[in-house]
Amino acid sequence: MRESIIMKIHYGTALGAVALVAVHILMRMSQKFSDSLQYQNVIANYHFLPYALMLEVLLVLLSVHGFNGLRVILLELKQGSTYERMINYGSLAAMAALIAYGSRTILMAGMGVS
Amino acid sequence: MAVVAAKPSEEPKSNTQTTGKTNTITLRISRSNPSEGQESTFAEFQVPVQKWTTVLEAILYVKQNFDHSVAVRYSCRQASCGSCGMKINGRPALACYTKVSELNSNVITVEPMNNFPIIRDLAVDFKQLISNHKKMKPFIIREDSEVTPDSKEFIQTPQDLEKFLQFSYCIKCGLCNSACPTMATDESFIGPQGLAQAYRYVADNRDKGKDDRLKIVDDSHGIWRCHFAGSCSQVCPKGVDPAMAIQLLRGYLLGFRK
Repeated sequence: MRESIIMKIHYGTALGAVALVAVHILMRMSQKFSDSLQYQNVIANYHFLPYALMLEVLLVLLSVHGFNGLRVILLELKQGSTYERMINYGSLAAMAALIAYGSRTILMAGMGVS
Repeated sequence: MAVVAAKPSEEPKSNTQTTGKTNTITLRISRSNPSEGQESTFAEFQVPVQKWTTVLEAILYVKQNFDHSVAVRYSCRQASCGSCGMKINGRPALACYTKVSELNSNVITVEPMNNFPIIRDLAVDFKQLISNHKKMKPFIIREDSEVTPDSKEFIQTPQDLEKFLQFSYCIKCGLCNSACPTMATDESFIGPQGLAQAYRYVADNRDKGKDDRLKIVDDSHGIWRCHFAGSCSQVCPKGVDPAMAIQLLRGYLLGFRK
C-alpha cells in the first residue's frame, strides 16, 4: 500500500476517533459522572446496540491509528529492509490482535457473558 | 589530539588598527578524522577580529597563521556556493555569511554539520544530499522543447513564477538537512532539501513530471516522515522555506491541490 493511502487512513482515523470520543464523553454527562461508572451502568452501555457498535468502531479507529503511529516511530528509529518488514507486519498483527480481543470483550459484555 | 592554544604574542602583526577596532576572540574548532579513528576534540585559537570579520575569515586566519591542516570546505565567500556550512555556536549556518560580531560572544565554537558523515574537521560528506537531490529529478520534464524551431517559449505568468521562485534559490548547502530532527534518526529520509526541490519542480507549470516525483516522495522514508519542526526553514541562509514546500507537496498527495 502506498504511504499516502496509509497516511490518509491515519488522519481519517484520528478525526473519526476524536468525534467518537467526544460522543463517548458527552454520554457520561447524561447522568452524574460517578453514576456513569457504576458497574450496572457500564454493562448497560454494552447492551445498548448502537452504543456497543460505536465502541466497536472506536476500538477499530484507535487501534489502526495507534499502531500505525507506533509503526512510524519505529521506522524512524532504525532502518533496514528486514527490520522494516518486521515492523510493518508486526504492527498489522498487533492491530488485529487488539481489535479481536476488544471485540471479544464488547461481544461478551453485550451478550451478558462475563 | 592535543589542544592548540596560540599565545597572543605568537599572533602575526595585523594592520587592522588603522581601519577599525580589533577585538580578540577565542575560536574553538572541532578537529576529527574518522577515517584514522580520531575522535572529535576542540582546538582553541586566539583570533583578532573586526566588526565585519566573518567566521570563515576567522577560520582562514587560523589556517594561514597557526594550523594550516584545519580542514574546511569553502569557495565563493558570498553565500552563493553553499560550501561552508557548519555548526556555529551550536546552530547550522554558513561561515561566510555569519559575522563574528553578530554572535555576541568572545568564544566561538565551530563544528561540522549534524546528520552528515564527517570527512575531516569541518568538512562533511555531501554524497547523500546530492544523491537525494538527483533522485527528485531536478529539471523540467516534458516531451517538447522550447529550443526546437517549431515550438515557442513556454509562457509563464508572474503568478506562476511566484509559486516556486523562492525554492529555486536553494544553494544545496545542507543546513536544512543538518537542522532536521527527522534526519537525525532516519538516515533514509529524503530530507527537507530534496523535498523542497521536488516541490519546486512540481509547482512549475512548465513541468510535466509531477506524477513521477510524487511517486518518489510518497515513500515510507519520504514526505510523510516530516514532523513540521520547521528548523529547516529557520536556518536557511537564502530564505527558502522547505517546511512550507513539504506541506504544499503533501497537499498534492492528499488531493487538496491539483
